[in-house]
Amino acid sequence: MLAFPQKPSLVAYVTCGDPDLATTREIVLAAIDAGADVIELGVPFSDPLADGPVIQRASERALRQGTTLEQVIELAAQIRKASQVGLIVFTYLNPVMRLGVAKFCAAAQGAGIDGALLTDMPLEEAGEYLREMRRRDLATIFLAAPTSTNERLKHIAAESRGFVYAVSRTGVTGARKQLPDDARNLVQRLRKYAKLPIAVGFGISTPEQFAAVGEFAEAGVVGSAIVETIERNRGREPEAVAQFVKQLTAHRAQQSARKAGR
Amino acid sequence: MASVPISKASKTAATVPGRFGVYGGRYVPETLMAALEELEREYEKARRDRKFQQRLADLLHNYAGRPTPLFFARRLTEKLGGARIYLKREDLLHTGAHKINNCLGQALLAERMGKPRIIAETGAGQHGVATATVCALFGFECVVYMGTEDMRRQELNVFRMRLLGAEVRGVDSGSRTLKDAINEAMRDWVTNVRTTHYLLGSVLGAHPYPTMVRDFHRVIGREARAQILKAEGKLPSAIIACVGGGSNSIGIFHEFLKDKKVRLIGVEAGGRGEQLGEHAARFRGGSPGVLQGTYSYVLQDDAGQIATTHSVSAGLDYPSIGPEHAWLKDTRRAEYVPACDAEALEACTVLARLEGIIPALESAHAVAEVTKRAPKMKKSEIVIVNVSGRGDKDMGILRESLKLD
Repeated sequence: MLAFPQKPSLVAYVTCGDPDLATTREIVLAAIDAGADVIELGVPFSDPLADGPVIQRASERALRQGTTLEQVIELAAQIRKASQVGLIVFTYLNPVMRLGVAKFCAAAQGAGIDGALLTDMPLEEAGEYLREMRRRDLATIFLAAPTSTNERLKHIAAESRGFVYAVSRTGVTGARKQLPDDARNLVQRLRKYAKLPIAVGFGISTPEQFAAVGEFAEAGVVGSAIVETIERNRGREPEAVAQFVKQLTAHRAQQSARKAGR
Repeated sequence: MASVPISKASKTAATVPGRFGVYGGRYVPETLMAALEELEREYEKARRDRKFQQRLADLLHNYAGRPTPLFFARRLTEKLGGARIYLKREDLLHTGAHKINNCLGQALLAERMGKPRIIAETGAGQHGVATATVCALFGFECVVYMGTEDMRRQELNVFRMRLLGAEVRGVDSGSRTLKDAINEAMRDWVTNVRTTHYLLGSVLGAHPYPTMVRDFHRVIGREARAQILKAEGKLPSAIIACVGGGSNSIGIFHEFLKDKKVRLIGVEAGGRGEQLGEHAARFRGGSPGVLQGTYSYVLQDDAGQIATTHSVSAGLDYPSIGPEHAWLKDTRRAEYVPACDAEALEACTVLARLEGIIPALESAHAVAEVTKRAPKMKKSEIVIVNVSGRGDKDMGILRESLKLD
């Protein structure tokens, strides 16, 4: 289930099928063991226009393996047997539309998936999707952007379930040197309308950035940095991701140790 | 808000802004939504602003060279032995194609919105050249994204853009053609949206682009209608235009939509075969889906992944089609046929030798269709072919293919 027990909690993204689905399963379980609180299962799409080069490359590799949305749902069912952490499907609209929105929601519920985020599906187009997702008790997660007007943030907050995904800055996914002021401002604006937990994503790649997010949001999303770790550690992907997740979340362990000591 | 969910749109059909029947809409990441709303508002205001319309009309006339002639193709008509064939000469416009109509309109809008930086995608390079041209004219910074495969086959246009002061950025992903250039342009836009206007070059993408770009090209049909009535005293039996994204075709079709007896014929790229990946005939192998902001016919596989395409003409080499065309197809107001690479190349030679006009390879697809259709029509009938661009940019490909040296 979707829960954010840590400060901040870690939402970890992987592109499923990179390098192959069996390895993705091992990577996800290793990430959970190492401290990930929610997993975003990325379904590769041929035209990932919201993604930077790292996830573009991973998507190409996953598509060469023939990875499909249906296979990712099946993978989620396998992961669910082994773990109770939150599982989110993260993809673009067309593969979902092709499968059929109702069919997707039914299958996702059957697999124990908690929710979905479709990058190129803004609220205005989400009528059927919202109905089917609600019917299956699946969380609809929407993006909120620094460019979103207050009016839009209000609607986004009203229709989001599970959490709201705050985009840290204008741009595509991928590492940034600095976490911009945009992120903190956006979260402050969102709080006026959203009672849900807020996860900040896009560009978070270091333990320092992840810790900084904890000062103003419930969770940080780390994607490209994990995918790049997978890309750079052929043959030992699960171990490498576990190590990276431990580094990211190390300060949380220190904090709880300090608290326990007091 | 402006657009509505599909389920609602299907009931209200074309009356909803941004929807053409069930097609169209606005499927983009949230970061771009505010910019699209702003563009929609500004365009609505500009459309009604007399000063804006006057400035646009002045630029179209004095800078681009409108109106373009409607030329009676006597020798082609005689040779085919059927309908009287007229050519709408968009190839005579400044920069060599219809694309300048839309670029001038959007440049004026960008100026209104105070955006100093323009980005664009290009396939054949005609839209890129037209964009680079208006950016020089207005003093905007200009970046054009182009697939590296298209840069190779349209290298002359790459140089033209650079000469005009634009930066051309090669795109090496996917099939390295138009679709991939649009992905990269959208990534730039999502990053620099506060200072940048995306000058989209066809009736594609999220609302308001399909409507706005169409409106900027409607002048083609308005002129053609008045010109044919003056020359012949009656409307044509058919209008033929090539369809990549579909901007030149929608531009000439639109003024005739209500004239039910005028057949509207769009010609898609049949490429070199009927298998997925070998052509860009969306209405032959495609099905409804969402690509790059809009819901329309898309060439895709069973898992919803977008297919690669092929056409000898870079400007038609795209896996989706403007949403208004999808609606015209479903309602049967327009019909769509393919012409293959070989037919387009042959049509280039035919028009060159009978009329002294070398069409762009894109427009040659429309010429190919008229050579099939005109002989079956009565001599009293009239057909208009939209020659959307000139063939200068295609000399390399024509030289390779026709082997006349």
